[in-house]
Amino acid sequence: MASATRESKPDDDVLVRVENVVKHFPVKAGGFVRHTVGQVHAVDDVSLVIERGKTLGLVGETGSGKSTLARCVAGLLPVTSGRVIFNGTNITRLSRAAMRPYRREVQMIFQDPYSSLNPRRRVGAIIGDPFAIHKTATGAERKRQVQELMERVGLNPEHFNRFPAEFSGGQRQRIGVARALALRPKLIICDEPVSALDVSIQAQVLNLLSDLQHEYGLSYLFIAHDLEVVRHVSDKVAVMYLGRIGEAGPAEELYDKPRHPYTVALLSAAPAADPDTAAARQRVILVGDVPSPIDPPAGCRFHPRCPKAQEICGKVEPPLVRDDSVPPPAGDGEPGPDAGQPAADVPGGWAHVTACHFPVVPGESLAAVGAKGELA
Amino acid sequence: MTLLEVKDLHVSFPTADGVVRAVRGVSFDVEPGRTLGIVGESGSGKTVLTQTLLGLTPGAEVAGSAEFEGADLLQMTDDQLRHVRGARISVIFQDPLTSLHPLYRIGWQISEMIRAHEKSVSKKEAGDRAVVLLRRVGIPRPETRVNDYPHQFSGGMRQRAMIAMALALEPKLIIADEPTTALDATVQAQILDLLLRLQQDSGTALIMITHDLGVVADIADDVMVMYAGRAAEKAPKRDVFYAPHHPYTKGLLESIPSSKAAGDRLKPIPGQPPSLINLPSGCKFHPRCGYVFDRCLTEEPALHPVAEKGSHTSACWLPAGAAGLSAEAEELREQVVQAERGKEAAGVAAAALAELGISGTGEETAEESSARATTDNEGSVA
Repeated sequence: MASATRESKPDDDVLVRVENVVKHFPVKAGGFVRHTVGQVHAVDDVSLVIERGKTLGLVGETGSGKSTLARCVAGLLPVTSGRVIFNGTNITRLSRAAMRPYRREVQMIFQDPYSSLNPRRRVGAIIGDPFAIHKTATGAERKRQVQELMERVGLNPEHFNRFPAEFSGGQRQRIGVARALALRPKLIICDEPVSALDVSIQAQVLNLLSDLQHEYGLSYLFIAHDLEVVRHVSDKVAVMYLGRIGEAGPAEELYDKPRHPYTVALLSAAPAADPDTAAARQRVILVGDVPSPIDPPAGCRFHPRCPKAQEICGKVEPPLVRDDSVPPPAGDGEPGPDAGQPAADVPGGWAHVTACHFPVVPGESLAAVGAKGELA
Repeated sequence: MTLLEVKDLHVSFPTADGVVRAVRGVSFDVEPGRTLGIVGESGSGKTVLTQTLLGLTPGAEVAGSAEFEGADLLQMTDDQLRHVRGARISVIFQDPLTSLHPLYRIGWQISEMIRAHEKSVSKKEAGDRAVVLLRRVGIPRPETRVNDYPHQFSGGMRQRAMIAMALALEPKLIIADEPTTALDATVQAQILDLLLRLQQDSGTALIMITHDLGVVADIADDVMVMYAGRAAEKAPKRDVFYAPHHPYTKGLLESIPSSKAAGDRLKPIPGQPPSLINLPSGCKFHPRCGYVFDRCLTEEPALHPVAEKGSHTSACWLPAGAAGLSAEAEELREQVVQAERGKEAAGVAAAALAELGISGTGEETAEESSARATTDNEGSVA
């Protein structure tokens, strides 16, 4: 690997370190001479860590920037500013050639198993592509490896010569998983991998992903809008809203004791497949829709919809602050700034962090407050 | 009095590949003011079922009857149906962007619909009613937003506009086909909340079609679970969730990740839904069923009552007592399977299990591999 770009020694626990990443997209207008009239603030100053062999879940609604962030981590989009450090190497300013070895280590699984597979190519060729592109195996050896992969993800290796159309949705997603697995990556970015699948098939694919993680020590960046799915697969969870992380922490901690009003609303909105839970739950109905990321609200970006908003929320942006009631895990002392451990207050680390001036305390009800502006 | 009474509805589509048997003998009732949730995966026939009632499945071969307010919807002429659609029964579709006309203003589309059914209403009156309707579904500043085009509305607002349109003529029945599937969680909560409130105000009956058991748990009174064109189980909501009888219902509930079911592994249903052209013999769920025994391979069970009250019915050969998630129910199921399972059924069950084993440990014997190859072949006909 290019040692010139190595900026710190690889940490023991951390595979990916995202530091203050900003991604803006220009908004163009005009007919003959196009000029930039604004910026879509897709991702704004986001930091997080992904631990080795662990899963970081990323939740948020449409337009929250989670897919953009994932593409920045994958190196598919250049960042506007900030750094993505993968295994000790800053990959944000690498040339195309220097990027190549890194591309083997990070793979993606996409949402739609229908549009992410070329319908006119055979499955064997699709799964074999990574070997061809990176020239790691040819001929009979490539075929053998492809069939091994197919077997591993629960496809019949004899179906090597079939076309994607001959497979069901769940099987196609397995093809996508096999392709992602081909070069033995360290990180797989799963962007809504089960959203397009039927419920009975969804669990098959989730179990497969979990088995592969244990077997190969994979790290996952797992994006989904289904909160129960994210809870099931994730070790740490980060909640995004309008390009920022509002809250992050260990999965159980975050789901059991959410502190950001947006997280509380999101959790209360998720449909529970249990009539008693559904009836007992106090739903926080949020006012209105997510504002435009072209001109995000000043201060806390959630304040126009927040049932707890006060004057300061519209002026001062709250920083991510640790909830001190959560003790650090055993054996994990306060890490120094250059220690090899995840800095506690970075999303994806062990601490429960929240960016809110008035975090929700356990037992507090937002439902009554939220109801007032229901129809606004 | 029953509002809608569907009896033994069959719908099939002749295609070049064979006859697609989308709905195969479904019966259900909808009472005024109640909500029926129809749950099923893609290809279970839930959408075809309701679209057929409204004459929206041209080219289909339809049999059965659907009495709505004393008249059979399936026997109506196009002209008669046009008076029912929109006015007596209205529909809310999944994707509000494709069901609104992009070149007409929202208000115009609502008043057009009113004027199409009520000829005496003037343009001005219809326009005023559109504003009132938009206010009722929670669109802010409806006086000005009524002049917006659909692209100026967000996804949630478009769905609100669709609901306003569905309510315009005060129908007796609203059919909502996956109305919140395309929406974010917080917006979905807004829309479900709105539907519930409007229903309480107006006493309209609602058929909610969804693949999401969470939506059903939230707003349905009664639930019908569909599989391969038939009702697998039909019951009041609580029975479906807390005392499921059909192994498919039970499998669906168990395969959803939830905070209650802690642990590392989910319990998926093996295999995939069958092709509607080439259906399996006997019970259509048998190739995926963990409780399959010999009778399931040859005879398709009809819905039969599994509770004393008679409102909980299930189409499964397991005895009526084998309902629920309790240990006793599980024991009863195991006993029946022990007693009734012959060699052939054992093979089917082993094949299904082997498939799950594949995605599980990655270890398999040659025998399991060939067993799986057979199920794969069956499964990938579609």
